Amino acid sequence: MHDAVPTLLEVQNLKKYFPVRRAFLSRLASHVKAVDDVSFSVLQGETFGLVGESGCGKTTTGRAVLRLIEPDSGEVRFDGADLLKLSRTELRRKRRDMQIIFQDPYASLNPRMKIRNIVGEPFIIHKIHTSERDDRVAELLKVVGMDSAAMNRYPHEFSGGQRQRIGIARALALKPKLIVADEPVSALDVSIQAQITELLRELQRKFGMAYLFISHSIPVVEQLSRRIGVMYLGKLVEVGTAEQICWSPKHPYTQALISAVPVPDPGSRTKRIVLRGDVPTPLNPPSGCRFHTRCPIAEERCRKEEPMLRTIGDGRAAACHFAS
Amino acid sequence: MTSSSAILEVRNLRTSFFSSNNEVRAVDDVSFRVEKGKTLGLVGESGSGKSVAAMSILRLIGPPGKVLAGEILFQGRDLHAITERELRSIRGSRISMVFQEPMTALNPVLDVGSQIAEAVLAHPEVSKVSKREAWAHAVQAMRDVAIPDPDKRARDYPHQLSGGMRQRVMIAMALVCRPELLIADEPTTALDVTIQAQILELLADLQKRFGLSMILISHDLGVIAEVAETVAVMNAGKIVETGTVSDIFSSASHPYTQGLLAAVPRLGSSRTRQDLNA
Repeated sequence: MHDAVPTLLEVQNLKKYFPVRRAFLSRLASHVKAVDDVSFSVLQGETFGLVGESGCGKTTTGRAVLRLIEPDSGEVRFDGADLLKLSRTELRRKRRDMQIIFQDPYASLNPRMKIRNIVGEPFIIHKIHTSERDDRVAELLKVVGMDSAAMNRYPHEFSGGQRQRIGIARALALKPKLIVADEPVSALDVSIQAQITELLRELQRKFGMAYLFISHSIPVVEQLSRRIGVMYLGKLVEVGTAEQICWSPKHPYTQALISAVPVPDPGSRTKRIVLRGDVPTPLNPPSGCRFHTRCPIAEERCRKEEPMLRTIGDGRAAACHFAS
Repeated sequence: MTSSSAILEVRNLRTSFFSSNNEVRAVDDVSFRVEKGKTLGLVGESGSGKSVAAMSILRLIGPPGKVLAGEILFQGRDLHAITERELRSIRGSRISMVFQEPMTALNPVLDVGSQIAEAVLAHPEVSKVSKREAWAHAVQAMRDVAIPDPDKRARDYPHQLSGGMRQRVMIAMALVCRPELLIADEPTTALDVTIQAQILELLADLQKRFGLSMILISHDLGVIAEVAETVAVMNAGKIVETGTVSDIFSSASHPYTQGLLAAVPRLGSSRTRQDLNA
């Protein structure tokens, strides 16, 4: 049934390496492979979730897609255009259709600007002259569940949840086709998290934009996503529908990640898969399969041969020699 | 429940913070108890007063905050009434604490072995030891919390360790004097979920090995459900509900607890919902 829905965003072989200087004034010594050959696609109006632990490259992926960070190589096709080949002006025009919501609602709103100007700024940047800009701002605030009286106030007068709503209103201003939501609820208390998640769901129903939803929390990603990609050390290790990923994960890392989620039900204290050791540094990732140092089923082959992300039926894919 | 099985009993604790014309009642008439060898989960959202309650037990509240009233009975002795000197012989040796953020709780310019040894040397009433012996205790404590290669790691500085290893160091430091009660304030909140699973497993294992009683403070109902035997739910400085872990999670009676439980994102939503951007 999804065959009819066109693809909005297609990311192919995306790479972003950050150079690291070993010592003061020395020559470039190595690179952090933050995003290393990542491919996925997002359909119009769907939510694609990217999940993984700190340092796995999920945020860098989100930003590289928008060219907020310039990727080193790869292809990002968005709405018919190859973003990485666009000039500055062309890119700026395209950015109307792709917006971002940030994790920290305290850092992402300018404390010296009134809400009127924060939410209204996209119109100025994109030279959309509307005589009744204030009306538009008031309307946007209403859409995210806030009173228009908020316009004359400053960010510090609002709680974390309210600020996140303001950030969402700003992202919605130009009616984008894609919103990259980078950990939009991680800084919030659970009761507020639930409100913001519900708001994002409702807005999607109303306006039909797609989300690239980035989070470290599998339960949060599952709530909103139709499909999910799991990242580990700069690579996508598994992609599938939310139900496939959460209920029959095939990659041993996904299995451990899901098993590690504490369940708010004391009746279900089950034996979990506890991974040994720490996540290795992306500065010098392990040879072969990057997960082999912590993998409970690793064999000799995993040390040498890197598994490719390959289709294993039903529209799902996993990067493990043993997944089937 | 008889009161003889409680290792800690807090009665009518009140802690406030003062500004020139205002009083914020961070902990407002709070009572709870910790059974010997068991874990009490103290759960609540930001600002509910759970950390302030825990810090009040060890008199770690400084101005403009003040513990105004209450009894803090630790093995029958009222910690609120004893002198600072007496309290010092309890804090860190018989009751100790693990904090949320291991990077800010550790001294960045001292190797971790010395920091753990410091805890031993600070409590001559527990064991009067030389610096060398204290170091040996520190290395053993690091071995107890399953830090690989503890002899070498003890010479590392905090920045050389990962987040999970730093939290293990914090736990080693808290346990090196073999306390009876451990207060763990959001010990896994700063950690990734696979590392959190390691630390929770470690705490459960140490509790069994050393017969520790524990207060686990968390905003995460999932963590509480896994670890605690009894639960106290805090909101706006008050305990709104207490009970066994199964009571709280299966038949919470207070609307705040019910709301909190309903808000927790649970795995499985992809199976029950219908209209997802299809």
